[in-house]
Amino acid sequence: MDTQTKIAELISKVSGKKAPADPDESLFESGLLDSFALPDLIAALELGFGIKIPDSDLNPRKFDSITRIDAYLESRA
Amino acid sequence: MTAYLKRFGVYLPARVVTNDEIGKLAGCEAAWIQQVSGIEERRWAGERESVADMAVEAALRCLGAMPVTELGLIVFAGGSAERRFPGPAATVAHRLGHDSTPAIDLPMASAGSLFALDLARRLAPQYGNILVVAAEKMSSVILREPVDRSTAILFGDGAGACLVSADSAGAIGEVVDSAVSTDGAYAEDLRLGFGGPLEMNGRSVILQASRKIPRAIGALLERNGRTAAEVGVFLMHQANQNLIVRVAQALEVPPERFFSNIARYGNTSSASMLIAAEEYCATRPPRPGTPIVLAAFGAGFHWGALLAVAQ
Repeated sequence: MDTQTKIAELISKVSGKKAPADPDESLFESGLLDSFALPDLIAALELGFGIKIPDSDLNPRKFDSITRIDAYLESRA
Repeated sequence: MTAYLKRFGVYLPARVVTNDEIGKLAGCEAAWIQQVSGIEERRWAGERESVADMAVEAALRCLGAMPVTELGLIVFAGGSAERRFPGPAATVAHRLGHDSTPAIDLPMASAGSLFALDLARRLAPQYGNILVVAAEKMSSVILREPVDRSTAILFGDGAGACLVSADSAGAIGEVVDSAVSTDGAYAEDLRLGFGGPLEMNGRSVILQASRKIPRAIGALLERNGRTAAEVGVFLMHQANQNLIVRVAQALEVPPERFFSNIARYGNTSSASMLIAAEEYCATRPPRPGTPIVLAAFGAGFHWGALLAVAQ
């Protein structure tokens, strides 16, 4: 499974909705995630990818789309 | 260096503002406000009622008949004072009858009362009795044009006070420990300029608060050999009911262990934690020996927690 597919699965799990087909679509503007779902997504990413995301990296814009999350995870690789 | 929380005092303006009224102002449904915040109504001060007016009322209810000469220091906390200087502390001191007692301002929203308590408990051995008072007139802030729906629905007005002392007689609780922190990297994410609207990056606030508050509480309890499960009540800044529930879940305690009155008063910023503390202690006095945790997070970002044990 590639990274973006795994991210989409985690988004679906957290939001209870289908992840957007367009990886650039904003997860917030589309209504998929709200302020209180974002911490859940961060926790799911930490668990799913076996990483610890420091508070200093928690800029909501970094987690606003599948593409941006992918780029963040790539930067951590 | 032991300090005690002697008693609390509260002032809430008479005017009740419902979600229906706010919804019309902010362009949203009353039910949506309740869903996203847990708030059903809040209080608004009168047009001519100042931050210091509310602070004085809360202070008088806290101090009771305590002679002026027995108070060594006044610490005011709040982020909505009407002018740049002097802050409300001087006015509060004067109105309480003090003509030389030092009175200082902590111009901090939300976590201001927690920082004031942290300061007071460290200074009590030197100053004796210290009045901590926090008051906010957030209605004057949220009514600034353009009205922002995301903040207009949240805030209310009110004041809370706490007498902190080196003397244990009649105290509600002994302060065991406290810890406060600041990270200015997020200063732009929740700010209020002079004359401008309140600006809030809600996603950043919730994201940071949902991690930093439980972590601060957990670290404080751990270094004092306690667990969250042992705590009788958590008295947290009433920012948003959904955040309160999230913090409880992170600490793996039932949300009911977190006293909440946000449904009736909204988010009264720095005053909210003291208002919650007063209401809790007045209606269900904690049994002696019960651990009590106070916690807050807010603009700065500033955050922290305080551990007390009921007397």
